[in-house]
Amino acid sequence: MRSTDTKSARRAWYRRPQRGLMAAAAAALLALPVAGTLLPATAAQAADDTQAVQKGGTLDIILNPEPPILILGLNQQAPTQLVGGKIYEGLLRYDHDLNPLPGLAKGWEISEDGLTYTFHLRENATWHDGEPFTADDVVFTAKTFTPETNPRWRLIFSHVDTVEAPDDHTVVFNLKEPFPAFIIGLGVTNMPIMPAHIYEGTDYNDNEMNDTPIGTGPFKFVKWEKGSYVHLTAYDDYWQDGRPYLDDIYFRIIPDAASRALAMETGDADISQFGNIEPFDVPRLSKLPNLELTTKGYEMFAPMAWIEMNTRKPPLNDRRFRQAILYALDRGFIRDNIFFGLGRVATGPINSVTTQYTPDVQKYPHDPEKAKALLDDMGLEPGSDGVRANVEFLVMPYGEVWTRLAEYIKQAMGKVGVQVTLRSTDSAGWAQQLSNWDYQMTNDYVYQYGHPALGVARTYISDNIRKGVLFSNTMGYSNEKVDELFAKAAVENDDAKRAQMYAEVQKILAKDVPVAWLLEMEFPTLLNKRVHNAVTTAIGTSDNFADVWVEPKQ
Amino acid sequence: MSREFWKAFARNRGAIIGLIILAGVVFLALFADLLYPTSPWDMVTRPFAPPLSAGTLMGSDTLGRDIASGIAHGARVSLLIGLTSTAAALLIGVTLGALAGFYGGRVDDAIMRFTELFQTIPNFVLAVMLVAIFTPSITSVTASIAIVSWPPLARLARGEFLSLRSREFVQAAITTGQSTPSIILREILPNSMSPIIVAASLTVATAILLESALSFLGLGDPNMMSWGYMIGASRTVMRQAWWMSFFPGVAILITVLAINLVGEGLNDALNPKLARKGKG
Repeated sequence: MRSTDTKSARRAWYRRPQRGLMAAAAAALLALPVAGTLLPATAAQAADDTQAVQKGGTLDIILNPEPPILILGLNQQAPTQLVGGKIYEGLLRYDHDLNPLPGLAKGWEISEDGLTYTFHLRENATWHDGEPFTADDVVFTAKTFTPETNPRWRLIFSHVDTVEAPDDHTVVFNLKEPFPAFIIGLGVTNMPIMPAHIYEGTDYNDNEMNDTPIGTGPFKFVKWEKGSYVHLTAYDDYWQDGRPYLDDIYFRIIPDAASRALAMETGDADISQFGNIEPFDVPRLSKLPNLELTTKGYEMFAPMAWIEMNTRKPPLNDRRFRQAILYALDRGFIRDNIFFGLGRVATGPINSVTTQYTPDVQKYPHDPEKAKALLDDMGLEPGSDGVRANVEFLVMPYGEVWTRLAEYIKQAMGKVGVQVTLRSTDSAGWAQQLSNWDYQMTNDYVYQYGHPALGVARTYISDNIRKGVLFSNTMGYSNEKVDELFAKAAVENDDAKRAQMYAEVQKILAKDVPVAWLLEMEFPTLLNKRVHNAVTTAIGTSDNFADVWVEPKQ
Repeated sequence: MSREFWKAFARNRGAIIGLIILAGVVFLALFADLLYPTSPWDMVTRPFAPPLSAGTLMGSDTLGRDIASGIAHGARVSLLIGLTSTAAALLIGVTLGALAGFYGGRVDDAIMRFTELFQTIPNFVLAVMLVAIFTPSITSVTASIAIVSWPPLARLARGEFLSLRSREFVQAAITTGQSTPSIILREILPNSMSPIIVAASLTVATAILLESALSFLGLGDPNMMSWGYMIGASRTVMRQAWWMSFFPGVAILITVLAINLVGEGLNDALNPKLARKGKG
């Protein structure tokens, strides 16, 4: 089966039109004389590349799983973002430290009181159907379209009072209260700007243009051969002169993990991201001479993996027990041997690559003796069989890595006298049992979206204890002080005060251990060395690729 | 009888080899706790240690668990599941087959249609489905293997009963007024045992394979170390660490082979008429 998969994937390769290769060859000939004019001063991101930019060529990106739709405004799943991020654009982009960069907004001002955000838009941007891009599109997208289609934007937009367009190329957001996380929420992954002339007044999900996405991005949609590939081509009237460098992008849909690894190995595919390549294959592939590995470009998603504990059930309702779990685990071992080195040992609730992180909290090094002391302190003495307590662990059915992790946790906790019984289930059963609080312990990982107000608070605030909702406060953790600090910090306009509040809440949480943080997860992005400038921002390969260029295929 | 049996059995050299291997596996299963006193799940050494290093015989797996310890403890699970599920399958299969064969007619029709119902569904698919529904545990795995294994035994028992039922000694028992249960249990069953024992020995082998396949797919008891699980858990790193899946694979291979060889020997010994001629 595997070999036929590979074969059909290969066959798809050969069907590709040859235009790209020809153009690449032509570009190679022209490269020397043209290079100078193609390197404008604005291409700061290209600074690390000492080689001259080569225009033209084709890029092959692995796409898995196949997205349900390419209209990014209607679907924010990772595969949709990967393709849609090249077709659509947001107001802002973000560097690896989550500082805003110009996108469709070439400049912006934030008022002193943090209540008014003014954005100056690109004057020469156009939609792929030729219509001009104006402030009306932004107002429509922010006020009408996205609140209906994206719950994350709904949360952000609940802080906004009015959105106005004083002229065709200016948009003003007036907030009800200061909400500093607002500036982090304007990227293409949260609010891609949608064409008002196509969607205004229609049923968005049933729009006849949903098969042919129209955006302002550097690449326009050509063809989607279901089950095989998505083809985008350079948009000639893109607002930035001389961009994009590439002629074409092909997104290769390869459902089989072994075939994906093979495609990267042979050079049939140039880029893989997120979970495309299984963790165990990463060390091997990253050593190949034609590939390089980066774990940057996921700062906006910043996944955090933890052990979730139902704090309603004894002994998990005791903070000392939860602390003992962290002491009992060797999280460095988990990273090195279960995640094959991908990730950083977490110190607390906020991923260190996002904003407002503080390392100044109670730490939990691997210390089984301390774990035993805490359990003794609770009165959980070992019985004749050495068992102090029994807990049940629901294995997260997301593949090999999580099964191994559950086995490790069982053994490590057994060493301090906590007997763990593993229970397996399928993914629907897991989601149901977790969201209905019918579990004792399990694993989970959650995206943080760049700012604690957007992706961290939701896990710990009591308002978000909602039965039946996944990724809410399913542990049932409730601490008034934490609620108050998260609520106040979200609307605090003073940087220092806000940082101090977030630092305090991190200290409290690190002491309370509502979940046992394991790793700030890293995803592997594998790149063929012929690809340049692919990962330059906080959303990595989901960004627009206007600056990406390639050397001809070997 | 017993001496003749052994003579016939010993004439098949393969069967003797099989018996020796099987005895080894049983020994391993019985003394696993003495050989490897710690749990096979314990991470006793560094991960990815090749065989004969880091204090291990067969190396360690991705988490530093001793493969040899897993093999020893896995032998216990494999044999336990193989034997209990076969016993259960025998109970169901022989009971139903005996009733069908003895009574014939409508009872036979009803029972055989029921048996065919099970036979039309592929074994493994049904087992996977049952385990998935009843959540993986040693009981559900054993039960589902028993449920998919009994139909061939039922058909075999039926055939035996059908042919023995019309034989003189059975007719005699009937005329002397013996009760039906007594005829079934005391007269026919002992005389139909030989082929059933041979079939059962092969069922044990199939059961071990089924259990391995289920654990390979992650449908084994998550708290029991089993050979199939060991292969399933390390198949992803086969290119980096061959030993993690190689040794449990060999363990399954030789155990199943040994049981098959013993089964063949039993066949030679118990069904002398069917024994192949011209064998050394």
